[in-house]
Amino acid sequence: MSLINYSSREINCKVVYYGPGLGGKTTNIQYVYEKLAPETKGKLVTLATEMDRTLFFDFLPLELGEVKGFKTRFHLYTVPGQVYYNASRKLILRGVDGIVFVGDSSEARFDANIEALYNLHDNLKEYDLSLEQIPFVMQWNKRDMPDAIPIAELNEELNPEGYDNFEGIAVQGVGVFDTLKCVAKKVLRQLQTS
Amino acid sequence: MVRAEWAIFEEDYWAINNVLDDLLRSSRASNVVLIDRTGQLVSQCGPEVDFDLTSFASLCAADFEANYQLAKLIGERDFSTLFHQGARESMYLAKIAKGVVLVVLFAKSTTLGLVRLRVKRAVEELNDIIERLYEKLEYRNEEYDTFDETFTRGVEAEIDNLFAD
Repeated sequence: MSLINYSSREINCKVVYYGPGLGGKTTNIQYVYEKLAPETKGKLVTLATEMDRTLFFDFLPLELGEVKGFKTRFHLYTVPGQVYYNASRKLILRGVDGIVFVGDSSEARFDANIEALYNLHDNLKEYDLSLEQIPFVMQWNKRDMPDAIPIAELNEELNPEGYDNFEGIAVQGVGVFDTLKCVAKKVLRQLQTS
Repeated sequence: MVRAEWAIFEEDYWAINNVLDDLLRSSRASNVVLIDRTGQLVSQCGPEVDFDLTSFASLCAADFEANYQLAKLIGERDFSTLFHQGARESMYLAKIAKGVVLVVLFAKSTTLGLVRLRVKRAVEELNDIIERLYEKLEYRNEEYDTFDETFTRGVEAEIDNLFAD
């Protein structure tokens, strides 16, 4: 839920990384955190289990430079991917302005992608939202896996609507910035009415 | 023009701050913070804090939201207030209209009873302000033309700049 504060001259937007467990959502945010200059980022908050699996969410605030006297902030969130954490996933989606779906390219995780996409649709429905209303970008992560499914096939099966999509190897930073740039710009465009 | 879910105008900001300021003094709390339910910081009143306020707002929102779901699970409509007791600092959270949450941080210089009493009045006042603000949003957004194509292009350039490889 974007919030414009005319007094402090700030615009705040919320972007959520969604996708199957161990797909690379947290890795995306960690890469962003590592690469950005200290003055543009806040603290990276991670609520994870002892095994480094996301328990509740990861959170990273980013701040852009001033334009026309207004500061724009993006709050990046990840959801826990594991199936049984759906209650947590649902509540992170509240007030979302843009979504990145981090899919796992490997053959072995194909069904997990389908399940996560269905789950995203279901959870959005609870907020009376659908993917058509929200800026949405897909990232096919783990392109370096030996059993990675070809991009064309992934898009045909999981992205028939033709949403913008990027190839990713998040651990190496491949596709991380491109994905985030794309969703951030879409969120901005959504803010500006026609 | 920007279509945001909600916006705070200058006069509302000061009206909110007056209530927070009153609450801070009358409850003898150490800090008062107003956030929305998505974790965005709306306003803060009190001495400068020595922790990360952005993370604090995000975690408070998640805390409130998780408890809202817990309430639903046990058949309650919601929990309108939450209380976390610490050895030195404690927190009292209260639900305001339209998904806004009031967070009061307080130490041994006051009591839970006094905080609860003062929060009750502040919640009523903040409810009025937030409700009025939403009514105003119906037409006031039209008056603001800061966020035109030039603005969007400017921010897009900032995004490119931030994520330059």
